[in-house]
Amino acid sequence: MTMMKKLLTSAVASALMASGAQAAISDNTVKIGYLADMSGTYRDLAGPNGLTALEMAIKDFGGTVNGAKIEVVSADDRNSPDTSSSTVRRWVENDKVDLVAGMVASSVSIAVSKILEENDRLGIISGSAASSITNEHCTPNHIHYVYDTYPLANGTASAVVKEGGKTWYLLTADYAFGHALEADVTRVVEANGGEIVGTVRHPFPTQDFSSFILQAQASGADVVGLASAGADTTNAITTASEFGVTQAGQTLAALLLFLTDVHALGAETAQGIQLTTGWYWDMNDETREWSDRFMKETGVRPTMVHAGIYSSTMQYLNAVAATGSDDAQTVRKQMMDTPINDMFAKNGKIRVDGRMVHDMYLAEVKTPAESKNEWDLYKILRTIPADEAYRPLSESKCKLVN
Amino acid sequence: MDQPVNPADIHKAIVEQQKIQDRKKLMVNGVLLLLLLAAPFVMYPVFLMKILCFALFAVAFNLLFGFTGLLSFGHAAFLASGGYTTGYLLSNFSGLTTEMGIIAGTATATLLGLAFALLSIRRQGIYFAMVTLALAQLVFFFFVQSEFTGGEDGMHGIPRGELFGLINLEDNLNMYYFVLVVFIACYLLVQRIVSSPYGQILKAIKQNEPRAVSLGYNVDRYKILAFVISAALAGLAGSMKSVVFQLASLNDAHWHMSGEVILMTLVGGMGTLLGPVVGATFVVNIEYQLSQGPLRDWVDPILGGIFVLTVLAFRSGIVGELQKFMRKNLG
Repeated sequence: MTMMKKLLTSAVASALMASGAQAAISDNTVKIGYLADMSGTYRDLAGPNGLTALEMAIKDFGGTVNGAKIEVVSADDRNSPDTSSSTVRRWVENDKVDLVAGMVASSVSIAVSKILEENDRLGIISGSAASSITNEHCTPNHIHYVYDTYPLANGTASAVVKEGGKTWYLLTADYAFGHALEADVTRVVEANGGEIVGTVRHPFPTQDFSSFILQAQASGADVVGLASAGADTTNAITTASEFGVTQAGQTLAALLLFLTDVHALGAETAQGIQLTTGWYWDMNDETREWSDRFMKETGVRPTMVHAGIYSSTMQYLNAVAATGSDDAQTVRKQMMDTPINDMFAKNGKIRVDGRMVHDMYLAEVKTPAESKNEWDLYKILRTIPADEAYRPLSESKCKLVN
Repeated sequence: MDQPVNPADIHKAIVEQQKIQDRKKLMVNGVLLLLLLAAPFVMYPVFLMKILCFALFAVAFNLLFGFTGLLSFGHAAFLASGGYTTGYLLSNFSGLTTEMGIIAGTATATLLGLAFALLSIRRQGIYFAMVTLALAQLVFFFFVQSEFTGGEDGMHGIPRGELFGLINLEDNLNMYYFVLVVFIACYLLVQRIVSSPYGQILKAIKQNEPRAVSLGYNVDRYKILAFVISAALAGLAGSMKSVVFQLASLNDAHWHMSGEVILMTLVGGMGTLLGPVVGATFVVNIEYQLSQGPLRDWVDPILGGIFVLTVLAFRSGIVGELQKFMRKNLG
């Protein structure tokens, strides 16, 4: 009788303990939603290959976390905040998605982060540039992982001035994003003892840059800065190449440019451009090893966004494993407490505003003679230390700071 | 010898026929209404509201394109100006109730529509389309440049607030029924306009403008009024959309959106009342379903293919073809 009782109690107790441990991971599944532009302008820099990077991370992690399944759902964001927000609302309200990853267009990222905050789920934004995501739009429910515009302006401008580019001529895309970059670049250049000798604003978007490039050439400035993004930047670079801007001794500083853009332009056209990047595939053995695996799966070299998606997914799963929970706040706290040391970042740290700060790099596009193959595109000129690169918390407008 | 036909009998027969037609229509509409009322319990309410907003947008567009024969390529400007105005007011003036914001948004779009109409109405065909496109691009640039729209980032966190200060719209069901009521009211309004003498003149203008002029109608005035009503309803759709999603973005102002509403109207069946509603439902669904599935890399080519197919093979769209089929086979 007593024997029976003992057995029963221990059985009940162990059953309770088991269920207690599992209850922390909701419905015993960690569900990740991957949302990115799969068909539009931003397809190459994240897109379907970003999903591959995410799946690689899950596979490398082992496919399960603390015995719970890891599931992935994915959708095209159509670069539209309303399409994305109905997708994500359905994901969190009906499909019990725990983490939303990817996200490129800033309007999409901000819209999604508001929904995540409302429903207390986690989002890791890897593709977006806007620094407002962790500034006035910060929430306790998202992390901005790879890069933002602050180091693009801050990093590139101060680094280029330190490399000797004292006088600047700016080609600014005439809308809020361009204006913000222009203001940041101007501030940084002047603070470092440089000088802005002229600025011209071009409409957004612009196809024909010839008159703007001619003005930049005529200015005689050391550096021609491109305060624009996407097609505007690549169009300006193509025109600059036709007019021989870099060959004539001026430096072309692009603020936002991805490896896939440079690859599409080719070393011939893009040679000599200086830019800031968060990561480059050919930096060391670790990055090369991972990039080789990525290339085997996708046929292309990864951008910093692809690497960031892999790294952040790994960090997330590690945090879930360590805390035994998929609750957004528990996991976010664990991620903030754990420094990031992997092939993507060394001593990376997630701040209270959700910004992941890590070293950024000033790179220069190689000349065709230096480039050994079609993906051998960057020379890393210098490292921009994490605390110099990103907006300091003291300047933050985020509601979570202080 | 045939019996002489009594004209009164003919009239009677026509009236009978009309009554049967009306009864049929009423039944179809009744079934649709029941479906719409029950829908949020089966489907996801936010998604349904999205469909309703786009359906209203397409209905507004169809009033101009399908019934008056004016192809505007600038309707995105009205959708966006409604959305941004409502969003800005509701975000910045907490004393405003939701319906005030929506009315203000609609009013802005109406005024903008009047300005567009006055500038573009004297041109016809492709020139009319290009003038409206150019004006809409101006509006797009204004929104890109302005501080208050948030530029590329968009306007976020627009509060849904309370309807008349009483009904909490944060609740998806309340919001859905509010959108549904507005939608049905607008649909009935358009139905009324189309079947009114005014609507008959619009149709006459579409079929033969010189003849309408020769009959003594001031065609420009009729066209301007149709344009303004259409712009107002498009603005209302935008205002409601910004409240539903709690955001307004540049996508609404982009010319793609003007193209999308043409697609919705053509696929559904232009010049029919139900066509744009069906078209909007179809396009929004296809876009959503495809973006989730394995074909998500192919959304745009598929939509383009559907567009080409509709224009080449099914000129009168889903509803138009169905009507033809029913007339042929079911009397």
